[in-house]
Amino acid sequence: MLTFIDTVGEAVAGIKDGSTVMIGGFGNAGQPFELIDALLDGGATDLTVVNNNAGQGDQGLALLIKEGRVRKMICSFPRQSDSWHFDAKYKAGEIELELVPQGNLAERIRAAGAGIGGFFTPTGYGTMLAEGKETRIIDGRGQVFETPIHADVALIKALKADGKGNLVYRKTARNFGPIMAAAAKHTIVQVSEIVPTGGLDPENVVTPGIYVNSIVKVA
Amino acid sequence: MSIQTASLQTSDKPLGRDDLARLVARDIKPGSFVNLGIGQPTLVSNYLEPEQNITLHTENGMLGMGPVAEGDQIDGDLINAGKIPVTELPGASYFHHADSFAIMRGGHLDICVLGAFQVSATGDLANWHTGAPDAIPAVGGAMDLATGAKDVFVMMTLLTRDGASKIVDACTYPLTGVGCVTRVYTDKAVFLTGPDGVQVRETFGCTLEELQALVPVPLTAAPAVER
Repeated sequence: MLTFIDTVGEAVAGIKDGSTVMIGGFGNAGQPFELIDALLDGGATDLTVVNNNAGQGDQGLALLIKEGRVRKMICSFPRQSDSWHFDAKYKAGEIELELVPQGNLAERIRAAGAGIGGFFTPTGYGTMLAEGKETRIIDGRGQVFETPIHADVALIKALKADGKGNLVYRKTARNFGPIMAAAAKHTIVQVSEIVPTGGLDPENVVTPGIYVNSIVKVA
Repeated sequence: MSIQTASLQTSDKPLGRDDLARLVARDIKPGSFVNLGIGQPTLVSNYLEPEQNITLHTENGMLGMGPVAEGDQIDGDLINAGKIPVTELPGASYFHHADSFAIMRGGHLDICVLGAFQVSATGDLANWHTGAPDAIPAVGGAMDLATGAKDVFVMMTLLTRDGASKIVDACTYPLTGVGCVTRVYTDKAVFLTGPDGVQVRETFGCTLEELQALVPVPLTAAPAVER
């Protein structure tokens, strides 16, 4: 059921220790900073986080990692010029890393939301990221079996929601939002604006409200 | 042989980064959909002509990417794969990550241009990880790009700082993709890689014999049709 929630703190209050949490965003674009801050305040720990990166600078996901709340990162590009909190935890052996090629990460998330049990992809074939995985030659190309990534919760950012939970995004901040919304059991969305039902052109809805559980407006 | 090699040399000195970017831009067929990797390949966009009608893809979810944003154009929601603020051109489109990588993996991109640590004689690519034990691995979209685009062009200097050839018999760095590179643009030559071995399309500031002395795999002159 869709609920509209007044504060980010209430929106994330149900996230339990040990949860797998998908967090939208590519770098800072589309990263739901207010929801992440609320998760940090809420104290949930031992989390597995799915994101493209592993935090930038001293905000958002980077702080969640700094505070030791993240047991494992599933991501494609953890090492950046400003990923010092992840780098320190990784070098200290205090965080687990599952490194996934970016397109495989996206497709594994998509597969979870679409009820797909796995898929063969040429990406990564013959590389160390395919070691130990089932492979086949399909259509003359080596391919690697990849499995879906499910999550207990997704935290994403959209531009607008209507009264049915339909979402539209803004520019490249869309990135992982639509697929994470579908892949998680419980999807929490922070939006800049809530419009009345009927206020979004149905032709332009990007994420249908069926994938959305909680919406909170942030300033 | 001497006549052939003389005809391969198209510049009396090695090419700088911008000259090489200009050459890659010139070689991209009109109407192509192209992804330019982070770093040196990004320079190629400076030399694409409007009449080429090239559409740039950025894997974080956009076709029709415009130049780097400046001043008032900077918008944190509009960035490229290197997380640099960019602009959108008329006719641009946005899509989510799974669609963006389906564009790539599905063979819809004509060309991607990537940097590299090493390229093997059969077109294996190593460009994501040095393999150093203390290095934090980060792959991003490198493997997807290497595997998905119809043509994979590499731009790099031919030699490492220590003078070793980056075109090698077999990559010693961890692989990004197997047999995926079709062309290698370097400061000293343009190489065509594939099942037939390494062919040289043109040389800059050296003859084919001089180039061969630097590169530990057999080189042949590319057929005239490739030049």
